[in-house]
Amino acid sequence: MPATIQQTNTTPFQRVTVDPVTLDIIENALRNARFEMDAVLFRTAMSPGIREQHDEFPMIANLDGKMVVGQFGSFIHGFLQAYDGEIEEGDVFLTSDPYSCDAAISHGNDWLVLMPIYKDGRMISWVAMFGHVTDVGGKVPGSLPTDARQIFEEGVIIPPVKIYKRGVLQEDILDLILRNCRLPQWNRSDLNAILAACRLAGRRTIELAERFGDDVYYSALEELLDRNRRAMRELIRTMIPEEKRTFEDYVCDDGLGMGPYKLHCAMWREGDKVIFDFAETDPQSIGSINFYLSEAMFKMFCGVFMIMVFDPQILFNDGFYDLMEVRIPRGSLLKPRRPGALSCRTHTLGRVFDIISGLFGQGAPDLLCAAGFSDSPHFMYSGYDKNGEWYQLYQIGFGGIPGRPMGDGPDGHSLWPSFTNVPNEFLESYFPLRIDTYETVTDSGGPGLHRGGNGISIGYRFLEPGEISIHDDRWLTYPWGVNGGLPGGRSTKLLVRTDGSREYLPSKCDRIMVEEGDILYFNTWGGGGWGDPLQRDADLVAADVARGLVSVEGAKRYGVVMNGDGTVDQAATTALREKIAAERPALQLFDFGGSIEELKARCKAETMLDPPAEPQIPRWLSSGQSAGVG
Amino acid sequence: MVFRVGVDVGGTFTDLLLIDEDSGARHIAKVPSTPADLSAGVLQGLEKVCRQADIAPRAIGQVMHGTTVATNAILTGSGARVGLVTTQGYGQVLQVARSFVPGGLGAWVIYNKSAPLAPLELTIEAKERLSARGDVVEPLDEDDLRAKLRQLRARGVEALTVSLVNAYADGRHERRVQAIAEEEMPGVPVSLSSAVIPEMQEYERTITTVANSYVRPVVAGYVTALQGDLRDRLGDHNLHLLRSDGGLASAEAARATPVNLLMSGPAGGVAGAIWIAQQAGYQNLLTFDMGGTSTDVCLVQDGRARTRRETTVGDVTVRASSLDVRTVGAGGGSIAHVPELTKALRVGPQSAGADPGPAAYNKGGTSPTVTDANVVLGYLPASARLGGELAIDREKAATAVQTVADALDLSLERAAAGIIDIVNENMFGALRLVSVEQGYDPRDFALVAFGGAGPMHANALGRLMNSWPVIIPPGPGVLCAYGDATTRLRNEASRTFIRRFPETGSAEVGAILKELQETAAAALDAEGVPRSDQTTTCQIDLRYHGQGLLLTVDVALDGFTTGGLEAAGDQFDQMHTQLFTFALDADKEVVNLRAVVHGQATTLAAEPLEASGSDPAAAAIGTQAIYVDQEPRQATIYDRVALRAGHRISGPAIVTEMDATSLILPGHTGEIDALGNILIRPHTS
Repeated sequence: MPATIQQTNTTPFQRVTVDPVTLDIIENALRNARFEMDAVLFRTAMSPGIREQHDEFPMIANLDGKMVVGQFGSFIHGFLQAYDGEIEEGDVFLTSDPYSCDAAISHGNDWLVLMPIYKDGRMISWVAMFGHVTDVGGKVPGSLPTDARQIFEEGVIIPPVKIYKRGVLQEDILDLILRNCRLPQWNRSDLNAILAACRLAGRRTIELAERFGDDVYYSALEELLDRNRRAMRELIRTMIPEEKRTFEDYVCDDGLGMGPYKLHCAMWREGDKVIFDFAETDPQSIGSINFYLSEAMFKMFCGVFMIMVFDPQILFNDGFYDLMEVRIPRGSLLKPRRPGALSCRTHTLGRVFDIISGLFGQGAPDLLCAAGFSDSPHFMYSGYDKNGEWYQLYQIGFGGIPGRPMGDGPDGHSLWPSFTNVPNEFLESYFPLRIDTYETVTDSGGPGLHRGGNGISIGYRFLEPGEISIHDDRWLTYPWGVNGGLPGGRSTKLLVRTDGSREYLPSKCDRIMVEEGDILYFNTWGGGGWGDPLQRDADLVAADVARGLVSVEGAKRYGVVMNGDGTVDQAATTALREKIAAERPALQLFDFGGSIEELKARCKAETMLDPPAEPQIPRWLSSGQSAGVG
Repeated sequence: MVFRVGVDVGGTFTDLLLIDEDSGARHIAKVPSTPADLSAGVLQGLEKVCRQADIAPRAIGQVMHGTTVATNAILTGSGARVGLVTTQGYGQVLQVARSFVPGGLGAWVIYNKSAPLAPLELTIEAKERLSARGDVVEPLDEDDLRAKLRQLRARGVEALTVSLVNAYADGRHERRVQAIAEEEMPGVPVSLSSAVIPEMQEYERTITTVANSYVRPVVAGYVTALQGDLRDRLGDHNLHLLRSDGGLASAEAARATPVNLLMSGPAGGVAGAIWIAQQAGYQNLLTFDMGGTSTDVCLVQDGRARTRRETTVGDVTVRASSLDVRTVGAGGGSIAHVPELTKALRVGPQSAGADPGPAAYNKGGTSPTVTDANVVLGYLPASARLGGELAIDREKAATAVQTVADALDLSLERAAAGIIDIVNENMFGALRLVSVEQGYDPRDFALVAFGGAGPMHANALGRLMNSWPVIIPPGPGVLCAYGDATTRLRNEASRTFIRRFPETGSAEVGAILKELQETAAAALDAEGVPRSDQTTTCQIDLRYHGQGLLLTVDVALDGFTTGGLEAAGDQFDQMHTQLFTFALDADKEVVNLRAVVHGQATTLAAEPLEASGSDPAAAAIGTQAIYVDQEPRQATIYDRVALRAGHRISGPAIVTEMDATSLILPGHTGEIDALGNILIRPHTS
């Protein structure tokens, strides 16, 4: 039964005409309110993932729960359909259960707050925000076990509950939740911060309604949704062909030794509507790399990608949702069934962006970007220090932005909006470690007319015994190049012990014990190259060599031969470029660095790691039985 | 007789304000700036203003100077060739730059990053290591360093930055590197991160120190040359430069740490606004400085501008104190456009700038700008002088704005009004950012408007903010020079000292603050300011352990040892609640300590304006058809020079003067106060 909304004032809103200038003013004001939400959260939250990496997403929605301002699209409609109860003024909902909210959030570390906003006894808006909290309990510190097989191993699961009931904090519920977390003080602060941000946005929406009138505010939100829809309809008709296009990419492994997993999408247009069909995507994993992809979120990703070039100032919203249809088979990697584990979905999420880029870029090679750092690899280090105090580090890694039509990809950056690294001096003063090196991986950017960005190598020297976890990908498959550009370099993890022994660690692992003095080199991957590397100005290649971003040997992949003094050997360069051009196969639109079979065959020799085994399908998936449902 | 002169060098004009320190009498001069050799314009201006005042240049004892020399070196990429010494393994600290990509989802597709201020090929790594507490983990390898420095010298480095990991905790390795560098590359100025900004965060400390090195040769050259020229003409005098934080620095301090001058320009305007508004009896202000391409706003409480620990110029952000001036890309030259796809009305951030400028200036511009919309609506009458030179072409403005009207299917006037409403809303956003979003109620503040376009939009902004009165000072175009001439000496010293409250105490913190005070006071001692004329403010940056934010709490050094840290903690709880609606029951943590030392405040009084009755009819010079609040009206035009104290102007009205035009809206009255300010208030309802 859908939710019942209680209001003391049931006067319906009137749809009135809003002049275009007022509309733009309300649009601006809502945009400002959204940035205010971010600012409050960044400043007061304690989880580094929120404060520094900005792993959080705010939203302001209309009465029906359609997102009017935000980033990832709305999920309120699904929530309202599923929530069997009354909603009253002063209620605030909290949930961390992806299976109960139509994948509004996609793993249990994301805490989502939903707040109905009332004015004069009448609901006028919804406000929501979620953020990645550092720890929610479960079997490993950080709550992202790479070897989990059920969601129950991934910490406390909060179904949609009223954390405030008619304005009163439900302390029993909060205590129950916090008792299940390793860093309850952080969780409490993060929740406080999210609540403060939502309350602030609520005040702003009420102020807007007071300034322009309730009916104008209501109508403006509807009009903003309509405006987006009209714009997207035009874009879809001009950008999307009726014939089918497909693209596929892979997640290398599942942390249990199986992989790679295929993501496959077909795209075509029928009239005004575009269809995305993931029918050929692999079934869900036994492990925790399942990414429960919200269809609304996928529509939003595609919409943002399409419109960015035409009106970057637009306030992107949900208005166009009926113009897109997303078909994802239930039980697949992108729509797993409960109780499939979800915690390590970040790699699959990233790969969805590669799919979008590959799908849309095929029709317009000049707008196509190579594969970049579509991930946010994690590193965890925890234990008890000499004073018996618990320490727990959670860090996100950075890598190479791909070569793009606009130019070279920056070195050691992120594809995610406004992520920043945590200063090493901060880490060294709060955790028992030293960062010996923090530099980019020479030659890891894919060669191209526009070079892909280099990945990053961080040398962590541990000062206390403890255990570490690693979450990364693209160690087997390559970040692909486009338009003749070559792939970027893959990721590696090397643990050097104090006795000098060297061990290549798998890209997903937990509970690796480390001792004082051990060093982990956490090397991320580079971005793919864009365009023919033989066309790159040899002096630019020489400059990259002088800066240590490309080696003398690496320059030869551009057909550039260096003299000992750092200048270009022009004659040898011309000769080498002619030779490469004559010998290489015809340039391809995509360069994946080999087929999956070829990559697996070369795996052990190139990566020191065994190739992953063929994925198994969860037994209960075929039987239709699952644990913990209902 | 002793005179002081404030000199503000802007992009177009150099403004001078000469003040008789005994009588308070003022003389203003405006001369064109001379970009090729900025001091030439300063000297021409000095001669002009001395002629006007009929005094000998040697009567001038103090020159106070706001300059954009450092800013422009960064904006135009014309700074020094900077070499950088980092710790082994950290050479790419500026290349990675905290991995930040500005913008929203997908913005990486269109982001092109500029090259670091210190090129990677001029960066060397020293073999050394300190721990986070400043202990030596690995001693400095001096031979290796010497060899690398020699290679750097051969590559023509003009300035050197040393920024080693954890040097905020201890500067000994950096000082040793400096000593070696001075032997290996004599004459090359060396900046140490542990001296410029001994605070945690390797990227921020490095970029700040590199920026210092980058602008140092050009600033030092300029200051030295100017000092020489001034000495020839003025004889003995004191030259001071305006810092980004609104205080004055000695010429010597400016040469050593020019990174503190990056926002000298906007700071002058704020300082001037404070001075004039305080004389008029207003302590709580929002400053609103609207120019051709951008608008700067700042909040002033109890006569003090808010400062922040960050200065941004172009795409370089450094850790140096500056007035908390927020800038939006909205100005008279901002271009209005209607994207085909969405049919939304957008204004800015693209700007027609000074060249070709708005269509109305008839210099080849055809894009519809904010100024063109003002012309269409009649707010900028044909009789306005625009600095005495430009004529207004209403036809061209109307043609440009018509393109927006056609795209939106609106009348010409409605489209123009829409452009004004949107640009006002953008500036309203900036004003909210410094007020509401920091927990301040704008109704408690007066709005001080200046800059070329500020007086025209001020009344509308006052209405949006409910900030009254709106104050338009006399000579809104030369307010920066007022600021230069009326502010005071300032210096600060800081260091990072991370301790949870249970790990330290008031005695330890108090002792460090005392040391910092001594360090900061040394610069004022050197200027001959007696300790009795120095005032010190101490600051502690606090947070709850685990948070990323810092809130700055002011504390008094006297009596700090008697439980001061606890009191600071209570104040922090209050600030946190005011800003974010909650406080936490968590350990508080000290992060940075700072001492700010000021010289004596100026006691200069503003010159009163001759008084008259309330009827301003004698100053009326015509009428103008305007379009306001969606209807046509007739506005009276007044000549500001003819206005007298006590005059009351009913809106709609337009007041013109040499370099600015003020608009008073219907339903509002502009009152001329004793100092010549226009104070705009709504009619009481």
